[in-house]
Parts: sequence; C-alpha cells; structure tokens
Amino acid sequence: MSDIALETDDLTMEFKGFRAVNGVALRVRRGSIHALIGPNGAGKTTCFNLLTKFLTPTAGSIRYNGRDITRAKPADVARLGLVRSFQISAVFPHLTVKENVRIALQRHKRGDSFDFWRSERVLRALDAEALALVEAVGLSSFADTLAVELSYGRKRALEIATTLALDPEMLLLDEPMAGMGREDVDRTAELIRRISKDRTILMVEHNLSVVASLSDHITVLARGKILAEGDYATVSKDPRVVEAYIGAGHA
Amino acid sequence: MAHAAAPVDAAPIAAALPESRDAKALHRMVFIGLAVLLAVLPFGLYPVFLMKVLCFALFALAFNLLLGYGGLLSFGHAAYFGMASYVSAYAAKNWGVTPEVAILAGTLTAALLGLAFGALAIRRQGIYFSMITLALAQMVFFFSLQAKMTGGEDGIQAVPRGRLFGLIDLADDRVLYVLVALIFFGGLLLIYRIIHSPFGQVLKAIRDNEPRAISLGYRTTRYKLAVFVLSTTLAGLAGATKAIVFQLASLTDVHWSMSGEVVLMTLVGGMGTVFGPIAGSFVIVAMENYLAEFGAWVTIIQGCVFVVCVLVFREGVVGLVARKLRKPL
Ligand SMILES: Nc1ncnc2c1ncn2[C@@H]1O[C@H](COP(=O)(O)OP(=O)(O)OP(=O)(O)O)[C@@H](O)[C@H]1O
Ligand SMILES: [Mg+2]
Repeated sequence: MSDIALETDDLTMEFKGFRAVNGVALRVRRGSIHALIGPNGAGKTTCFNLLTKFLTPTAGSIRYNGRDITRAKPADVARLGLVRSFQISAVFPHLTVKENVRIALQRHKRGDSFDFWRSERVLRALDAEALALVEAVGLSSFADTLAVELSYGRKRALEIATTLALDPEMLLLDEPMAGMGREDVDRTAELIRRISKDRTILMVEHNLSVVASLSDHITVLARGKILAEGDYATVSKDPRVVEAYIGAGHA
Repeated sequence: MAHAAAPVDAAPIAAALPESRDAKALHRMVFIGLAVLLAVLPFGLYPVFLMKVLCFALFALAFNLLLGYGGLLSFGHAAYFGMASYVSAYAAKNWGVTPEVAILAGTLTAALLGLAFGALAIRRQGIYFSMITLALAQMVFFFSLQAKMTGGEDGIQAVPRGRLFGLIDLADDRVLYVLVALIFFGGLLLIYRIIHSPFGQVLKAIRDNEPRAISLGYRTTRYKLAVFVLSTTLAGLAGATKAIVFQLASLTDVHWSMSGEVVLMTLVGGMGTVFGPIAGSFVIVAMENYLAEFGAWVTIIQGCVFVVCVLVFREGVVGLVARKLRKPL
C-alpha cells in the first residue's frame, strides 16, 4: 500500500455559486497526525463533510487507500474504516454513556443488527469492552449516566470513545477539544497521541498550541483554498498565513 | 448541512427515562396484570366491545412502534389496517379458508404493501414523509372505493368466522375472544421484544441522532424501512383480525380518519411508551361506544378530549404515570 492514506484532487464544493471548498488537493500520509486549520468559514467542516460523503463534491475526486470513494455512501465510507466526529458534539443523548460506546461496538463487531427477535441481553457481551473505552476517556464514573446530562467537554470525550470503538484506520476529528477545560484538553491530546500509533488522524483544531504539539503536518485553508502546507514552524512563519488569521480577526 | 439538523429534542420524554433493572421488573408486573385483566374482563364487559378495543390497541401499538421508537409519523396507517381487513374478509368469504389462514393472508398483504410504500416514502424526512404516506393511503382508499373485490360502499359483509384450524367454531363470542386476546398479547410481546432487541437499540440511536448513526456505519434507511414494515405488518394483523370479529370489512377501515384515529389513540395513551397505546385505544373506543347516542357529537367530544390531553398532559396518560414513577413504561 502506498504511504498516502487519503488523497483528494481538485476537491470543490459549490453552494449556490459560492465556493466553500475550491480546488483542494490534500495528501494525508498514513500514520501521521495531520491538522487542517484556518479562520472561521474557511471550509474545514465542509471538507470533512465531503471526505466522509455527507456532501457530494461538485467537482474533484477523493481516494482512500487507493480506492475512489467520490461517489460512495457515508455509511459505507465508515465501514471502510474512515470515521469522523462532528464539530457540534454528536452523542446519542438518550442513551447512557456505556450504550453510546456500545452502539458503535455493536456495528463493528456484529455488523448489521436486524435481529429484532433477539433479546438485547446478547449485547452484554460487548459491555466489558465498552467500559474499557469509557475508562480510557476518563468517564468511568458516568458509565450509566444519560449522555444528555454530560457537560460539553465530557460529551466530546464520549464522542471520541464512540469513534474509537470502531477501531478505525483513519479518524477525522472536527475540533475535538472545543469547549473543553484545560485539564480535559491535556487528557484528550494525550489520548489522541496514544491512539495515533497505528492510525492516521486528520483533525481540525483552533487551539494552536495543541496543533503545534500534536501534528506532524499542517494544511492551512482560507476561503476554500489551500494557503500553505508544512510543519508548524514553516506554516506559522508564512506571512500569508499570518495575514489570513489577522485579516479574519483571529490570533 | 441538512444532516446536522438532528431531531434531538423530538424524542418523547417518557422514552428518555433510563432503562434500569427495576424498570424491567415493573414491566413484568404490567404484563402479568394485563394477562389477568384479559382473563377477567370478559366477565364484566361485552366480549365484542373488548375485542374491538384489543384490535385497535394492537393497531395503535404497531403505529407507536413506528412513531415512538422509529421517530416516523405515518399519516396513512389506515391503508395497511384496512387492506389487511379486506383481504382477510375476502379470503374467508370467497375462498372459504379457515380464519387463521385469512388473518395470515391479510397480514402478509399489509407487510408487502408496507414494503412497497415504505420504500417510496422512507427517504423523505419529517413532514414530507408524512405527506407521502398520506398520499399513498389515499390511493388505497380510492382503489377500495372503485375495485370490485372490496364491494365499494357496501364493503364485504357477512364474513364467516369459520372454524379455527378447521376445528374450533368461532361463532361464540367468548371463544373468539380467547383467540383475539392471544393475538393481541402475542403482538404486544413481539413489539416489546423488538424495542428491547439489538435492532431496537439501533433504532433508538437513529432516532436520537441519525447523522451520528450513519457516521458509525449504520445504513439507517434500511433500519427505518425494516421498522416501517414491522409496523405495517402488525397493523395488518390487527385489521385482519378485526374483519373476522365484526364479519365485515368496509371503507371506514381505509379512510383517512382511521389514520387520524390511531394517531389520537397513541397520543392520548402516550407515544413512545410501551403500554400507552393500549390505554389510549381503550379510552377512545369506550368513548365511541358509550357516547354513540350523541351521534355526530362524538367527533367533537373526541376533539375536545384530544385538545385537553395535548394541553394538560402532553406525554399522554401512561407517559404521565411513567414520569411520576420515574420509570419508562
Ligand atoms: N450547506 C451550506 N449551504 C450554504 N453555505 C454553506 C453550507 N455549509 C457551509 N457553508 C458555507 O461555507 C463556508 C465554509 O463553512 P465551513 O463550515 O466549512 O467552515 P469552517 O472552516 O468549518 O469554519 P469554523 O471554523 O467556523 O467551523 C461558510 O461560509 C459557510 O457559510
Ligand atoms: Mg467547522
């Protein structure tokens, strides 16, 4: 297999004449932590929606592990091991923390669950593994709490645990640390570093110190186009990047 | 992004209560209580009235499986109830098959019709889904009005109750009551199992946050279609049984007002509660029966009850009890 996990060519998304993503050529190396940064409205989330097929690009192509997934369905992309999280925290609010993780394990381990005649007791076989993942993100004491009752930062942590339950080859994390307190940010950064060992990670993050310490490679997006690429030292010195951030009223 | 608009707050309150072990114990008590009631009620109330309640209760349970647990509001469930009723009546009368075969034929018809209509409607979201189910049900109504086999305005009358398995004569109301009670209870147990199965767990997740379920690799449309077909099948079972009980299948059963009535029963009882639709149908059928002397006023009284229900206890009778007990029912 080539060392490029995910690759796009001329990726473009046009909303009623407005190009949110414009001719993006992205190369994400296998096993790396790749950060996608840029000012608000740069098109980062739209990129994620395109890569995970929640949107279909108006032009361009996407290859994952050498396979063209430009026309694939979102659920099938997930089944190929390319799994995303959402910018707005995406949990199942009326399931408990344990059940949130278990629903992902259920898909990963059992495949489809159309067996409506079987008791849900069969799912208990997945409980131990679910609880281990819950513990990994520091939510052990909330295992039986409904997700709706968690604080924002804890919801994000739960989301990561749920994503990890699929044991994905590649993760797309959209601002995994937004809304987290200092302590949670550190723990999550540590977790991301730990899980990145044998996976590829593409993440959007506004917290630049996190980006600096975690990522191997950075792509800066502004107004739908790639502005600069490279490691943190290169990118942060690029005058165009500095200008784009200041121009957008950002630090 | 259209997908981001997950109907997170649309989940019924009652269903949001955590399922604990003592909730399971409570449910077992309710099941036992219902079984006892089913056994003793015919000594105090007319079996025919009870059979009507049970048929409608099963219909409402089936509808609630789709609305309360699948998050899908169908405005056309009369199509499956009514079509099954026609086929069951036709089979019993014109083919002379035994009642269980007639009921099975009706149920199967509803399943196939549900599969076809569901496949057309399921990709649409929210109100568009509801409108398509309504439009398709109207087609079924006009078919029933025009077709020869349904008997037009007259319907199919004088349907023989026949002998169950060719052996047990169902002419006696009390004997037939036992059969109807068994069908009802079996249907209820099946629905309870569906809700508490690995499949039911996925349904819950989809209702809570569909985009997230998709991003975990669930092909959510297939799950929604599956629960739609399960719901129409059970609605069909109710309609097919009703045709044998009343020895009649008529336009009333496929009319849009029947679709409305099942919504009413479910909401009055408590949508998204397991047992709510049973209470709801009891209330509505009892009202229709005992207020029959008021003629057209029944509809108006029903309307008022509905408004009061929505205003006073939005979660329905059983939903209210569940909230007080802090346990899902
Ligand atoms: N469905 C849509 N229809 C129309 N315009 C859209 C749609 N989705 C996004 N946009 C627009 O595309 C642009 C890029 O949005 P996007 O959400 O991708 O930005 P972002 O880089 O993720 O920003 P943020 O840092 O605020 O999350 C914005 O101007 C946005 O208004
Ligand atoms: Mg964004």
